Amino acid sequence: MTEIQIVSSDLLEEVLSSAMESGGSFAEIFLEDRRSTSAVLDDGLVEELNNGRDRGAGIRVVSGETTGFAHTADLSASGLHKAAEAASSAARSNSESVVEVDLSNESIPNMSEIETLPRDVSKSKKVALLKSADESVRDAGLPVTQVAARYGDSHRVLQIANSEGLLTGDRQIRSFFSVSCVAAGDTGMQTGRESVGRTVGFELFEEVNADEVALKAATRAVTKLDSVPAPSGEMPVVVGPGGGGVLFHEACGHGLEADLIEKSASVFAGKQGELVAAPNVTLIDDGTMVGEWGRFAIDDEGNPANQNVLIEDGVLTDYMWDWQRARKHGRLSSGNGRRQSYRHLPMVRMTNTFLASGDADPQEIIEDTEYGIYVAQLGGGQVNTATGDFVFGMTEAYLIENGKLAAPIRDGNLIGNGPQVLLDIDAIAGDFAMGSPGTCGKDGQGVPVGDGTPTLRVKRLTVGGTAT
Amino acid sequence: MSAELIEIAELVTSWSDSDEQVEAVVTSDRETEVRAYEGEIESLTVAESQGIGVRVIKDGRQGFAYAGTLEENELLEVLSEARDNASFASPDEFSGLAVPDGVESVSLDVYSDGVNSLATSKKIDYAIELEKLTMATDKRISGIESSEYTDVVSESAIATSTGIRSYSKESGCCLMVYALAEEKGETQTGFGFSIGRNPEELDVAKAASDASDRATRMLGSTKPKSERLTVVLDPWVSAQFLQIVGSTLSAEMVLKGRSLFADRLGEKVASPIISLIDDPTNPQAFTATETDGEGLATRRNVLIENGELKMFLHNVWTARKAASASTGSAIRSYASTPGVGIQAISLKPGDRNPVDLIAGIDNGILIQSVTGLHSGVNPISGDFSTGAEGLRISNGELSEPLREFTIGSTIQKMLKDVSEIGNDLEWLPMSSAGSTVVINELTVSGS
Repeated sequence: MTEIQIVSSDLLEEVLSSAMESGGSFAEIFLEDRRSTSAVLDDGLVEELNNGRDRGAGIRVVSGETTGFAHTADLSASGLHKAAEAASSAARSNSESVVEVDLSNESIPNMSEIETLPRDVSKSKKVALLKSADESVRDAGLPVTQVAARYGDSHRVLQIANSEGLLTGDRQIRSFFSVSCVAAGDTGMQTGRESVGRTVGFELFEEVNADEVALKAATRAVTKLDSVPAPSGEMPVVVGPGGGGVLFHEACGHGLEADLIEKSASVFAGKQGELVAAPNVTLIDDGTMVGEWGRFAIDDEGNPANQNVLIEDGVLTDYMWDWQRARKHGRLSSGNGRRQSYRHLPMVRMTNTFLASGDADPQEIIEDTEYGIYVAQLGGGQVNTATGDFVFGMTEAYLIENGKLAAPIRDGNLIGNGPQVLLDIDAIAGDFAMGSPGTCGKDGQGVPVGDGTPTLRVKRLTVGGTAT
Repeated sequence: MSAELIEIAELVTSWSDSDEQVEAVVTSDRETEVRAYEGEIESLTVAESQGIGVRVIKDGRQGFAYAGTLEENELLEVLSEARDNASFASPDEFSGLAVPDGVESVSLDVYSDGVNSLATSKKIDYAIELEKLTMATDKRISGIESSEYTDVVSESAIATSTGIRSYSKESGCCLMVYALAEEKGETQTGFGFSIGRNPEELDVAKAASDASDRATRMLGSTKPKSERLTVVLDPWVSAQFLQIVGSTLSAEMVLKGRSLFADRLGEKVASPIISLIDDPTNPQAFTATETDGEGLATRRNVLIENGELKMFLHNVWTARKAASASTGSAIRSYASTPGVGIQAISLKPGDRNPVDLIAGIDNGILIQSVTGLHSGVNPISGDFSTGAEGLRISNGELSEPLREFTIGSTIQKMLKDVSEIGNDLEWLPMSSAGSTVVINELTVSGS
């Protein structure tokens, strides 16, 4: 456990005890030491190599329904005591009590196995990946005018202790690589992007060839040079394997977060046990998926990651829970309490959210579609959980005409209503794949998430194109 | 604190060797956030954070490192990391830090002690009162998703071994509420806000009634048919579009072959009624600032004048590469190297008020909110489509609410299709102001 000890457990006990002195019912110290590296190549030059370190503690004290929170970058005894005092006075409890916190429940998490820690890899090796990706595109003879490549890694050490006696920690390593290309032709400029990211070390680049990532991005941009304006209006939409995770993330994932349920700010409130989706839909959120972008051993409240079935055969089985919401409902956290950094309060967040495979044949799904669009890659999205209305961008898509893939279409948005879309899924194939690494934003906090789907078809979505 | 931040930045630059340039950006923020729920405090956050970013340029190579602390032993480590990083970058003859350019910075009154002096209990009262008032505005308001008061005092200092010294201190506070409205089993949402430099400027009643109006006006909304028609953007929406347009006018985008406006200086790129100005020296803008992210004075930049593209925005690097001068448009945080971008952009207002503009439209849609703008815009090709909500305009009057549709066009075409700009201009909590804007033709995708 030494590699996940940021401060001594004696000091944590002392600070937690003093945080509880003014009568709070719960206190927690979240310690984080995060080092990150990023390197950017653009316009043929390695523009910068950037190293960062953020280290600090977030302390919360809960009294009744009120949470007091303070954070500090000062990890000395006096810095932690000062933050504990600020958090406990913010919780404004009125009774005084003496609580001796004893960190007896030491929990050893199931941390990811890492072969090569990024910090043990020379900077020149990281930079070499960028140069090689750039050259592979420039040597390919494509009409690509611009290549930007980014390498990133992070080494995040957590130590969490709370007044219930929990003492635990995690070491979370992430490696990331992305390439964006611009292609130019008679019709103007088009862009293509490809990214890979996993909770692994530098061994990512044994699994994944950086040059191939770059060529994928370049091909995507070049293909779009021949694109036609996207159609507008309602039509069937087929989403390719791995491309559709963000659809579920937006269409219902956020709406299944218990904090929004509790405030009736979700269309899925009160729907547990009801049929909310087509009977072939099984949706799972799984923080334990080894190597995936949203994977961790413990969440940012110290609870182990879990596999949670949210929708099973179309029936809403459960929501996602953090400590606070679970406590109120007398149940256990589902391991979905996450935060961007020690400077933030945790809330309910997704991890890796995916649609389980069905048994349709992907090719037949396309052949059965007379007219519609095929989306190979989705961009970012956004949802209003209270109404269920959501949008997401499509960054690689094609027309489907007479059951065949036809011309590529220009970038645009798709729009739909979550509960309706879940019911409108009329085909799911068996070709499951995980999608690109994502950053999910909620209340101004970003956390890494993964998603995945097999090929699937939604009977009807509104395509926001400009062709009429 | 001011002296302290500058001293820290100067201390780091004083460690520079004679054959290198060193820049230190030092920031310190103090913030309070109160969230109310059902008449109680849901959470109260009080926090201070600091950070330093160090840039080193040696032999044309740039390296950067940052840390979220100002402890002295860490400062040395950040500098040595930045130095080490520089050795891995490609040499670039245009790399270099800012040098004093003789432009005097305007003096802006962007700090008020009100945020500091207001007792925490009063800040709590704001959040609780905001929730209560919003609930009371309309019987269809069924709940409050969040009601919060936030404030921040931020200070920032920049020093370089090339003679730059800058310091700024500003305060801001904000009320924000998200309301739920319900009628006949249908739920809609709306937000309201009020911002200021000083809590005395906050308008709780306005934030409450705006949230209520936004939530209730969408009740009973339907999906429109797909068609091409005249669209009116309200200030909240046009301000978001201006940010997108502004992003295409950065010289970095131009020099790297990523701007649809590259090679178009001096051309008519927009309707002749459009003049687009980025002016961070305007104290009315909440993002007004005396100096930019490289410590140079900010200035008023006219990007488009009467439809003609006049200039691009520059930081020091783009200016050197384009043999031009920085326009004081470097933007950054302590954790990043300087980029280029808009700081306070607005359209020159027209003569007519929004009501008159709408009165002149037989068949159209007033767009009151957009979603997914960033995922739906490709600022390089110019294609965009975004989710939208709003009200039908029939025979010059606002009528039924519409939702679940998109509006789409290209940035190039939309700028030319602007037929009217209202005489209203509202600075919003973003780096742009909004005005009512009429666009002759956009594609609406619905049923």
